[in-house]
Amino acid sequence: MLTINNLHVKLEEEDKQILKGVDLTVEAGKVHAIMGPNGSGKSTLSYVLSGRDGYEVTEGSAQLEGVDLLEMEPEERAAAGLFLAFQYPVEIPGVGNMTFLRTALNAQRKARGEEELSAADFLKQVRTKAKALKIDADMLKRPVNVGFSGGEKKRNEILQMAMLEPKMCILDETDSGLDVDAMKLVAEGVNALRDAGRGFLVITHYQRLLDHIKPDVVHIMADGRIVKTGGPELALEVENNGYADILAEVN
Amino acid sequence: MALPAQKQTATEALLSSLHLPEAGCTRAAREAALARLREMGVPGRRDEYWKYTRPDSLITPDAPRAATFAAGEPMMFDAVDRLKIVFVDGVFDPEASDPLELEGVQIERIEDICCKDIHWAKDLYGVLEARGHTPVPRPLAALNTAFAADGVAIHVTGTPSKPISLIYQHASETSDAILHHVIRVESGAAVTVLENGPAASRFNKCMEIDIADGGTLHHVRAQGRDHERRAVTHMFTRLGEGSVYKSFTLTVNGVLTRNEQVVELTGDDAVAHVAGACVGDGDFHHDDTVFITHDAVGCESRQVFKKVLRNGATGVFQGKILVKPGAQKTDGYQISQSLLLDDDSQFLAKPELEIYADDVACSHGSTSGAIDETALFYLRSRGVPLKEATDLLTLAFLAEAVDEIEDKSLADDIVSRLEGWLARRS
Ligand SMILES: Nc1ncnc2c1ncn2[C@@H]1O[C@H](COP(=O)(O)OP(=O)(O)O)[C@@H](O)[C@H]1O
Ligand SMILES: [Mg+2]
Repeated sequence: MLTINNLHVKLEEEDKQILKGVDLTVEAGKVHAIMGPNGSGKSTLSYVLSGRDGYEVTEGSAQLEGVDLLEMEPEERAAAGLFLAFQYPVEIPGVGNMTFLRTALNAQRKARGEEELSAADFLKQVRTKAKALKIDADMLKRPVNVGFSGGEKKRNEILQMAMLEPKMCILDETDSGLDVDAMKLVAEGVNALRDAGRGFLVITHYQRLLDHIKPDVVHIMADGRIVKTGGPELALEVENNGYADILAEVN
Repeated sequence: MALPAQKQTATEALLSSLHLPEAGCTRAAREAALARLREMGVPGRRDEYWKYTRPDSLITPDAPRAATFAAGEPMMFDAVDRLKIVFVDGVFDPEASDPLELEGVQIERIEDICCKDIHWAKDLYGVLEARGHTPVPRPLAALNTAFAADGVAIHVTGTPSKPISLIYQHASETSDAILHHVIRVESGAAVTVLENGPAASRFNKCMEIDIADGGTLHHVRAQGRDHERRAVTHMFTRLGEGSVYKSFTLTVNGVLTRNEQVVELTGDDAVAHVAGACVGDGDFHHDDTVFITHDAVGCESRQVFKKVLRNGATGVFQGKILVKPGAQKTDGYQISQSLLLDDDSQFLAKPELEIYADDVACSHGSTSGAIDETALFYLRSRGVPLKEATDLLTLAFLAEAVDEIEDKSLADDIVSRLEGWLARRS
């Protein structure tokens, strides 16, 4: 599904290398987790994959189902099936959440040569999916993320993901700022989308999210590289001993 | 005090091309206005009040040429049930207009009231304009009162079932139109007034509005289309106790537009909201100049102005809230913002507060900025293409001003006009 080879990334404006050769393959149907200390480059990886400005790829490649991601515009990557749940979801005053969702969904369908969803079908889908995430009608009407609590913003990200049905989902610290109940809702939302055709890359600082979203593979990222890869037990090791031991071991 | 020689010359040059209409009952008001104009002189580039907008092309004896635009899309408000009053190049067109009859309102042409000795409009024509020169002179309004060739007097005594729609068509490439309307809203009466159309190559319009206690006037205006047109407009509004005035203006295109709003809150608990949204591309200069005077207790005023500028367009905002001694419990709000879609465009703002009462809440803010890159990326990451995402954020930026329109269908009409403007640009 997602294949990253020897990815090197520096900041466009500064001479600062952030990713220093990332290798990672996420297969369809699998959940991969990336853990790592703050500042190790996890968010940068997710931004580069989704096409944010400000980064320069100096070496390496990233492909989605064999297609070069790095040459595409962000909207093309989205239409190709890539989705990033932001660590810090963006507030957009003046744009209603519903309008936002519908515009995004129909833009993707159009880009793929599919018919637009009718207003009635759209409404039906949003209502069902919002209800599962305990997102009420008021939140759907309000401007995107404006005045939402931290937890509401994260649930809103998952709602977008559920509506857009991407093939490859990247979740960047979707658990941060969530209480246990909110985290369960988010995890349920993610688990409901797990199927054989879809890949997940779950970035998290803590192990606790992985109690609810069981990963197949766990990677540890440090200083712009994947330094260790293992099964779910690796997350537990981090939980119990912190990153220090692992980092000492690989250095 | 004698005018500077340059001003004197410019004033006389302009006056030599104009003559006072043969108007009976407004004759005295017109002569007084002419005297005011001679005293103030036409605006010049050195005048502080015209610092950001060059008045030159507004005071030449002949109007600069302006091509008329072949209407490709329906006119604004076409779908609205309304009483139409049509002016072509500033002249009333009875054929194109509806009969001037509607329950709750009396409408007459200014020239028709002139034969009557006693008429309410005599106490309004030129009166609010004359009050509006302190502390800053507005000579082009005095010019208007003196030389207006046409206009209507609207007397609102009830609650008419539909809006009164003033439609300004532009036919001749050299038309120089001066229109003057007066509106009196009686106690407890309520009306909606619409204005739209490119009007003329050069258009000077003045409207004097007197709203009695408990009266309401909603005003929605769309200045559109013909790119080379120029306009200077003044709206002088006086509000009585508990009365409401809400005005919104959309401006799309036009090489030069100056819209002045002069509002006096003279009765307690009155409410005045003036708002504007403009979108300008290239050779476009748009100036909103607002002066709101609080002269009573517990009044509320709001100014909300949003400008989208690209390809070297210029936006100007001069807005002042004056709170007079004794105008306690004043609630004044003012915001002016521009969205600059490139580095060539500019926004010049001069927000002012002058407060002589102690128990007031006044706030003002002015910002100028580019499109929010983070929001743009967020939208694109969800699959919305760059152009569509930019347009969506542009409309979102204008929303606070458009939201000032209370009538939902009128607001929708304005939004669709904005969408059309955006769609025509790549
Ligand atoms: N736009 C940027 N400007 C400056 N520094 C940046 C920028 N983006 C990332 N960095 C730096 O790159 C490193 C990796 O950051 P990030 O990818 O956010 O890490 P993580 O998500 O793992 O905490 C940090 O040192 C961070 O300060
Ligand atoms: Mg991060």
